[in-house]
Amino acid sequence: MAKQEIEYRAPATNWQTRGFWEGCGRGELVLQRCGDCGTVQHKPRGICASCLSSALEHFVACGRGRVYTYTVTHQNNMPGFRDACPYVLAYVDLEEGPRLMTQVAGCEPDAVEIGMAVKADFVDTGDGLGVPRFVPA
Amino acid sequence: MTLSGQIAIAGAYEHPTRFAPDKSESLIMAESARGALEEAGLRLADVDGLFAAGISMGPMGVVNLAEYLNIKPRYLDGTNIGGSSFVAHVSHAAAAIHAGLCEVALILYGSTAASSAMAIGTGLGGGGRDPEAAFVAPYGMTTVGSYALVARRHMHLYGTTPEQLAEIAVTMRQHASLNPEAKMQKRIDVADVLESRMISTPLHLLDCCIISDGGGAVIVTSLERARDLKQPPIVLRGCGEAVCHQEIGSPDLLTIAAKQSSEEAFAMSGLSHDDVDLCTIYDSFTITLLVTLENLGFCKPGEGGAFVEAGRIGLSGALPVNPDGGGLSSNHPGMRGIFLVIEAARQLRGGMGERQVDGAEVALVHGTGGTLGAIHSGATLLLSRD
Ligand SMILES: [Zn+2]
Repeated sequence: MAKQEIEYRAPATNWQTRGFWEGCGRGELVLQRCGDCGTVQHKPRGICASCLSSALEHFVACGRGRVYTYTVTHQNNMPGFRDACPYVLAYVDLEEGPRLMTQVAGCEPDAVEIGMAVKADFVDTGDGLGVPRFVPA
Repeated sequence: MTLSGQIAIAGAYEHPTRFAPDKSESLIMAESARGALEEAGLRLADVDGLFAAGISMGPMGVVNLAEYLNIKPRYLDGTNIGGSSFVAHVSHAAAAIHAGLCEVALILYGSTAASSAMAIGTGLGGGGRDPEAAFVAPYGMTTVGSYALVARRHMHLYGTTPEQLAEIAVTMRQHASLNPEAKMQKRIDVADVLESRMISTPLHLLDCCIISDGGGAVIVTSLERARDLKQPPIVLRGCGEAVCHQEIGSPDLLTIAAKQSSEEAFAMSGLSHDDVDLCTIYDSFTITLLVTLENLGFCKPGEGGAFVEAGRIGLSGALPVNPDGGGLSSNHPGMRGIFLVIEAARQLRGGMGERQVDGAEVALVHGTGGTLGAIHSGATLLLSRD
């Protein structure tokens, strides 16, 4: 029986990324869309990495996606992760397009499959910030 | 104007150590330099271009290395694109020599990854306080885990099996059993790999490279000058570099940097895949070698599993890969690219005893740097006998 509980700590932020982590603190997945070329990008930047426009807007994504690939981590010797093994590291493709590296929790590691529908779940890390992981939808 | 056929490897020396608690990185590099210069018939004073990268080298590492060696080269290159750096250094050195900016380029690597107990494979994650790293750091992506993401996707799309991945580890160990300097020489079979402890599904312990100390040196110069030196020149025929990441646009995780870098190298060389007699390919994990073979174009995407079966990449197979035993069994001191260049050059010279690939005329070298499932670089060389 897996404990699966990574000890999430408050993420390091800067002015480009703080909006994303504050969104997670409110239970919202905030993405950037370029006002000029329409590209949705993640991770957040101070510029559109597709056309170099500065006209970025933020919006709340639906939080749904599918597992693109995953691995069940059986060994990680770092504090905060060692006792969480086995835990699932995954890429999730969001409905809005971007791919996120994340954890899939809320089910046995062996139950995770590529293509599985998942939804965002937010771990409060204090000070109005949070970290997103995903659980079965 | 082409680089192809103008530049040669004149020295290639692998430090024999696999565990050196009494040595520093700089000392391993200096001893490797001595070995390569001696076999080439050159002196330290002949070196006018210095190239190096390392795990612990700081941003001015190559400058400090010049001080340690007490040399004053007129060309410096500290490019660090991960474990592939030294493969890229060969093409950078070739360009510099071709442009007249230096004449004798010395490429160095040294590491005490094993004796200083670096947890390269499963000690990463956590990420510190870098805001740019914060999108990965919370989730505990180990180095093994990054490659495991690629392996899982490959299995899902193409039905690649753990047995096929294990076959790669078994073949590398067979090669290492013929290499007296290899760290792991005891033969293994597929069951040994599958029964070894799971690190990050689907990768077992024996799907992962070993951790050792070690280092090496490569000397690059003009083909003209190389012909006057002690070793048979190994000619640079083609080279290429590339980078791959999982950012905007949801790219295909199984299309790796090797595709672009090898296409450039083949185009420059005028050679075809059928001309290649052996490969040295960065085998950080079994999946790395498999997906690299596909991206280099030796088989189609998805066919890598079947390709590595039945000894095809073994010494007597159709395409021998890593006759020295690779990172899976010979040595892996953190960044392995320099050994790919060294073993390819040694095989093309000939005389490697039991592990010699018969009639080796052309070799392909491919290094991967970084983490395959997140951000990585690739560098390819095509080398031949003179
Ligand atoms: Zn744009």
